[in-house]
Amino acid sequence: MLAATARVTRDLDVAEECVQEAYVAALRSWARDGVPDRPGAWLTTAARRNALNAMRRARTLRAKLPLLMEPEAEEMPDLDEHLIRDDRLRLVFTCCHPALAREAQVALTLRLVCGVGTADIAGAFLVSEPTMAARLTRAKKKIAAARIPYTVPEAADLPPRLDAVLTVVHLLGTTGHTAPTGAELQRVDLLERALDLARMLLALLPQHHEVRGLLALLLVHHARRDERTDDDGRLVLLADQDRSAWDRAAIAEAHGLVEAALRAGPPGRFTLQAAIAALHAQAPSWAETDWPQIVALYGELLELWPSPVVALNRAIAVSMAEGPDAALPEIEALARDARIAGYRYVPAARADLLRRLGRSGEAAAAYRQALALTANRAEREFLEARLAECEGSGPSRNRKTH
Amino acid sequence: MAQYAVMIFERETPGGVADIPPEVLEAHGALPDRIAEAGGRTVAGLALEPTATATAIRGDLITDGPFIESKEALAGVFVIEARDLDHAIELARMTPIVDGGVEVRPLLGFEIVEAG
Repeated sequence: MLAATARVTRDLDVAEECVQEAYVAALRSWARDGVPDRPGAWLTTAARRNALNAMRRARTLRAKLPLLMEPEAEEMPDLDEHLIRDDRLRLVFTCCHPALAREAQVALTLRLVCGVGTADIAGAFLVSEPTMAARLTRAKKKIAAARIPYTVPEAADLPPRLDAVLTVVHLLGTTGHTAPTGAELQRVDLLERALDLARMLLALLPQHHEVRGLLALLLVHHARRDERTDDDGRLVLLADQDRSAWDRAAIAEAHGLVEAALRAGPPGRFTLQAAIAALHAQAPSWAETDWPQIVALYGELLELWPSPVVALNRAIAVSMAEGPDAALPEIEALARDARIAGYRYVPAARADLLRRLGRSGEAAAAYRQALALTANRAEREFLEARLAECEGSGPSRNRKTH
Repeated sequence: MAQYAVMIFERETPGGVADIPPEVLEAHGALPDRIAEAGGRTVAGLALEPTATATAIRGDLITDGPFIESKEALAGVFVIEARDLDHAIELARMTPIVDGGVEVRPLLGFEIVEAG
């Protein structure tokens, strides 16, 4: 509804106001006359009428002032399926425009495409509500001032723009934080929103196989969501999770999507990540995972996406396929790589390899390095337990406190 | 059509302008036509002398050099007209760059004051 209205107003703030007014009018009118047969269409028509009136008032005002002429607002087109689909795509691509900061893209998508309240978004990303409100306002101002167009990119520009959209949806679903209690947006809610968005994108862009890849990747995250932390909130490694508790229906759906995406042509980075996740998900245990295949997939991913984080994940897979000593040189090289200096998973991975090689002293030093970079409570507890093991004092006694 | 500033930032070299390859200078000369062919318009352009010739003024303090010291220095600014930001980005990307990049920013206004 917002998308359809924004098409008339071209200004997201004004569109939001028109939508609000339509809801208020609906409450009054429906209480009096009953709910109409097609409430969605009623609301959308009301919002667009508000928008057209707003544009007419603005145009009259502008005609009396010697300002540059703006393009005329369009006449209200028919509310058919094709245009509704087009409007939602326009809204998504606008919210995820590369000229907006990544965190602004995520916030704007949650606010305008998913309709999540500002307070809930703030809670999910651990900032105050005024901070989040300011972030959203800045983003909308940039869209207006820099004239970010309200369009779906041309076919030639679509692949990188779609990659940006998929990145935003993926971030939205995986980086939100669990609220301690109450009605705030939980991480699980965010993952479900991300899934809804991915399904919507697949319905709107069925020919783009990377969207299948993203949906599959999110489905695998979703399948494992309950097992990632135990009842005390302690981090449970993929190796130790109770695989029987994973959502097998979600995994099966993911599997089907990955196969369809892989059959369709050269895989993009979301399809490759989904293929890796699917391989983990279908393995009966950590030890029985098809590690050589995962190493091969990470190799392909690294070619498309030469990120040191991908290189790290590949090295970890190599350590499983070929043994920790095969992977150690690569991890040592990454420990010297300035691009990921300060990335806590590098010393953590290095510590793990050294531990498996029986080099406890060096492993302990590396665990300390990782701890120095880690703030998350669940992760710290895990690292401290490993550190205690390396120092021979056991996981449940003499735990160091800093 | 909306107006945008395209600010050119280049890493400075010891020889200054003499170090710019001739094909880059030629490409700068041809840029307004290329922009016009792509549906835009070049309104104005400023080519700046190197930052060694700059003078910064902060309140009462006058110092030698640019206002902001940076690896890449502001080398020039030109003003274009484009339909929207995507179009402005498409046009700005045509700018020949040796070692640096461009910033695209919408204008509040642009005016050339005629001599009285």
